Amino acid sequence: MLAGILLTLVSIWYGQNHGLMPVEASDDAALVDGLFNSMMTVGTGIFLLVWGVIIISLIRFRRRAGDETDGPPIEGNIPLEIVWTAIPAVIVLVIGVYSFDVYNALGGFDPEAADQPDVVQVAMLPGEEMATPLIDSAIQKPMSAHHHHMALGVGADPETMGNAPDLTVKVMGLQYAWIFTYPESGVVSGELHIPNEKDVKLIIQAQDVLHAFWLPQFRLKQDAIPKQDAELRFTPKRIGEYPIVCAELCGPYHGAMASKLYVESQEDFDRWLQAQMPTPSSSEQPVATTLPENRSAAELLAVHAEQIGVDSTVLEQLHSQHDSQGSGVISLQSNLDRAEPITEYLPST
Amino acid sequence: MTQTEVQPTVSAHAHHAPPERKWWHYFTFNTDHKVIAIQYLVTSFIFYLIGGVMASAMRTELATPNSDFVSPETYNNLLTLHGTIMIFLWIIPAGAGLANFLIPLMIGARDMAFPKMNALAFWMIPPAGIMLALSLLVDAPQAGWTSYPPLSLMTGKVGEGIWIFSLLISGTSSILGALNFLVTLLKMRVPSMGLNSMPLFCWSMLATSALVLIGTPVLAGALILLAFDLLAGTAFFNPSGGGDPIVYQHMFWFYSHPAVYIMVLPLFGAISEILPVHARKPIFGYRAIAYSSLAIAFLGLIVWAHHMFTSGTPAWLRMFFMITTMVIAVPTGIKVFSWLGTLWGGKIALNSAMLFAVGFIAVFVIGGISGVMVAAVPFDIHVHDTYFIVAHLHYVLFGGSVFGIYAALYHWFPKMTGRMMNEPLGITHFILTFIGMNLTFMPMHVLGLQGMNRRVALYDPQFTTLNQVCTVGAYLLAISTVPFLFNAIWSWSKGRKAGDNPWKALTFEWLTTSPPAIENFEVLPVLTWGPYDYGVEHLSEGEEPPLTSPELQPNTSVAS
Ligand SMILES: [Cu+2]
Ligand SMILES: [Cu+2]
Repeated sequence: MLAGILLTLVSIWYGQNHGLMPVEASDDAALVDGLFNSMMTVGTGIFLLVWGVIIISLIRFRRRAGDETDGPPIEGNIPLEIVWTAIPAVIVLVIGVYSFDVYNALGGFDPEAADQPDVVQVAMLPGEEMATPLIDSAIQKPMSAHHHHMALGVGADPETMGNAPDLTVKVMGLQYAWIFTYPESGVVSGELHIPNEKDVKLIIQAQDVLHAFWLPQFRLKQDAIPKQDAELRFTPKRIGEYPIVCAELCGPYHGAMASKLYVESQEDFDRWLQAQMPTPSSSEQPVATTLPENRSAAELLAVHAEQIGVDSTVLEQLHSQHDSQGSGVISLQSNLDRAEPITEYLPST
Repeated sequence: MTQTEVQPTVSAHAHHAPPERKWWHYFTFNTDHKVIAIQYLVTSFIFYLIGGVMASAMRTELATPNSDFVSPETYNNLLTLHGTIMIFLWIIPAGAGLANFLIPLMIGARDMAFPKMNALAFWMIPPAGIMLALSLLVDAPQAGWTSYPPLSLMTGKVGEGIWIFSLLISGTSSILGALNFLVTLLKMRVPSMGLNSMPLFCWSMLATSALVLIGTPVLAGALILLAFDLLAGTAFFNPSGGGDPIVYQHMFWFYSHPAVYIMVLPLFGAISEILPVHARKPIFGYRAIAYSSLAIAFLGLIVWAHHMFTSGTPAWLRMFFMITTMVIAVPTGIKVFSWLGTLWGGKIALNSAMLFAVGFIAVFVIGGISGVMVAAVPFDIHVHDTYFIVAHLHYVLFGGSVFGIYAALYHWFPKMTGRMMNEPLGITHFILTFIGMNLTFMPMHVLGLQGMNRRVALYDPQFTTLNQVCTVGAYLLAISTVPFLFNAIWSWSKGRKAGDNPWKALTFEWLTTSPPAIENFEVLPVLTWGPYDYGVEHLSEGEEPPLTSPELQPNTSVAS
């Protein structure tokens, strides 16, 4: 009895005070941590119970020297067996419902998530699509438009579902970098800046192989899949600098495929965005016309190239071969092989 | 302590004194299930050592955040080969080895149903394994044991081709083995043994074999299509040609999740055998344990996409697979609690076999708890493809399978070789393994939660300290195999003679000589007592056993 109370108290205390998770940078992260804490509480209880029974058995029921007799012939106990079948079943049911609830609150059921950008694009250019030759349009049409009708990733939470996000950023994963494109301003960057407390939507794409876009402090992750867009939508709640990690094996330098997320005040964010603008002097012009359609990932990567040991000729290759799948990437990769150790680039926090 | 009676009335079988087993038989195409069992166990243990050396090299690399011990390409070769070898050439064949040795003996058969096919299945393992291990010298695969396209199509045709070919061979071997186990279990039990009086190891092999037969062909399909993409330039999975890499993931995990149970169910069975013997108490809840194996196998077939929660899996599928995955905790919990019930009140001998069996429960339960956690989609989104998963899977496959294999080896070594293993060395082995295991894998939970991704040759320096703890643990694990190896080799020739039944156990394998004669039983045994009737008051000698009569003795045509 006393042991049971003690076990419960220790489990509850540890479930809340394990301190194993990194900083929570969004409300979504807090929801996930709430779920994790409950599972830690239950898990600690089960762990203590099982280890307790084992240790007590090994001490109390160890065979004494010279004892050749058998133990009591107990072959089972139906009520007890029903109890230890029912209790895990109930625990699992509760955790299942709780997880479902958290998943819904995160925005997991937003039905439009991934397809949205493509649908918009097609709606805007109906004439052009009709005009282009059949083969061309078949090639250019993103796979995702056909492939699935449900969200990949985490969309808007139930309250904001259907609203347009405050900011949309396209995230392109390639060996071994993340490239962020801000479609409204045309800015392309090797690091991700977003304004605090704003509803941000990331469209996750991959150029070459599978990658996974992971924000540990936001408890969010989504694989980047070539030709299948996915989405992560969230609202940062804490100004700061956070690691961006690639979590899907993407080649030898997978471990170096990292970037930074800066959550900034709206003013800082606007200032940063302005500084990144291709032609900052002509700011009175409509943004759309200064949009450098041909500005490629490679050019923008050049800023960071020095740090990851990629020289600009490789980036040029990457640029020119951007559309011919693969080959550009291979040359980037082979160059990385010769590169200096990449680790200085890693975040040192 | 009564033994199962041996009916003296039988045997029209004229046994011409069988020839002795010679050492060189173990290097030939021999159809004796016991020879094949030893072949499986020794071969798979050699691959375990090879995979272990690779793990040590990886942990050495990870002692520092920089890439400084091996090149990042080599690191990826190592992680790919380590995973593949440990799964396909160590744990799965070791399970097949135990099943080969135990099934015919436990059910009173003279051999497996298809002895030639049995030998063929074994002899596919060495070429598959040697080919894979030697690929390190030419061009090894480096896309991980999961080998996801498109990366696997871009990292070198030779290595990837070898990987695919090697897996196709070992998969075929595993299918042939499973077919044999299934038919043997269903058709060759002594007539007095109904399904519900089979030892629990047999139940677990029934479930395992079914999983192998259902799952492995799907893996083979995935591998063949992948080979076409790789070598013939098709685009089943290659997105640049319009293929869908997610389809590969579905096919791969349709096999590879059940593979977890293929790797752990045989050891669940072994633990259920070992605990009652050394606790001198009947297994607690025989039917619950037996049927939960079947429940686990069935559920294991409908959970695969929990490996794809952050991949191309839409919301409702994520929820479906979350629920099915969590439900597996129920039959698994039944087993764990039944094992605890078996220990409670027993007379527990703290020998090497029992320590590993109890250690199995202790560490496996940690993998089970983290398993329910990662089934929860919102949490899995955070930890998927991180060191938390590496920790979880090693608690299941090292804490579960490897501890189980060691427990089984200590327990059945006397039967296999006729000699006892050295206990002090065995206990040393257990203590080193237990500490080393937890030191290596426990900190990985924290690393993953904190933000360290898996399969990386270089990492953020903030994770250095914990990684160094893991590396120390890994070295300890490497060292821990030395007392075992020494013990096994030395005891095999010099150990104390075991006699037929050193543990005073009740299952059939302990009724024959140690090592068993070539055709196992001079006279086929008759089931008189349940396999776990420890402490049960038995009928007095000479009374007719309730379950059988002499007329029901099997004819012995199978053996000849
Ligand atoms: Cu990547
Ligand atoms: Cu699984």
